Amino acid sequence: MTGLLELVEAARQGGDLAPLTAAIPAARFLGLAVERHGDELLTRLDFAPHLVGNALLPALHGGTIAALLESAAIYGLLWDTRSEGMPKTISITVEYLRSAKATTTWARTEIIHHGRRVATVRGVAYQDDVAKPVAAATVHLLVKSPA
Amino acid sequence: MSLFGGMNKTELLLKLDQFMMRAIPFNVALGLSIEDAEEGVATLRLPYRADLVGNPETGVLHGGMMTATLDAACGMSVFLKIQKVARIATLDLRIDYLHPATPPHDVIARAECYRTTRDVAFVRALAHHGDPADPIAAAAGTFAIFGAPA
Repeated sequence: MTGLLELVEAARQGGDLAPLTAAIPAARFLGLAVERHGDELLTRLDFAPHLVGNALLPALHGGTIAALLESAAIYGLLWDTRSEGMPKTISITVEYLRSAKATTTWARTEIIHHGRRVATVRGVAYQDDVAKPVAAATVHLLVKSPA
Repeated sequence: MSLFGGMNKTELLLKLDQFMMRAIPFNVALGLSIEDAEEGVATLRLPYRADLVGNPETGVLHGGMMTATLDAACGMSVFLKIQKVARIATLDLRIDYLHPATPPHDVIARAECYRTTRDVAFVRALAHHGDPADPIAAAAGTFAIFGAPA
């Protein structure tokens, strides 16, 4: 199969973004999708019943939000930089701000620092209102930058 | 009044499975099961599954699936510590990926709630493949406790 790096390059050349999530089994399991909004790459998590963590509220499982933010950090990093290899997550810190309702969740990310070995990405997850984030995350990734 | 008072281990594990695994759709979807439960300590198992893989070239599990498992173990450890009917919510959770999970091994997540105040619980956890001395991920989290009787 084609690696994610090649799929990102193909998508950048005006190709389809769908293979970026279709190529990753866990992304399919969650139901992730990647979308372009202008220059920005957003990662989307559609609601599905198996993602629920609290059936009474109902609310999404915190783990689904963490997985969305970690995936979004990797997609965002691959999209905005030219990487020689797949970034590896060193650590992720997730802050849960509001309970995530049974609806579509989006994640936008920003590279706040990119060194030779380590990149730091900040991500925010939100639902209907971008000003009311449901969670935020800081992700440190080990990267292989072109020499 | 202790939530688990008077229960033997088998009854405790059954009750935890009913309320903290079967009643939580995403835990069911991940295939999580309870390995063990003690006061303030919860141990869960995430079975290796091809559909939870994050890197199809290596077969390594997606980091998010590990995070979800650690989050679930941390939450359960809080209930095993406070032993009261309460709603809890994760405030923050930090995961350090110490080394990649090795396919096709299951992941064991052991969480310990080591301190609680009236409103907050503090938890640390390790994920491993069976040998706690060789962890694949470490976690630290805080949880808010709502509606806990004083």
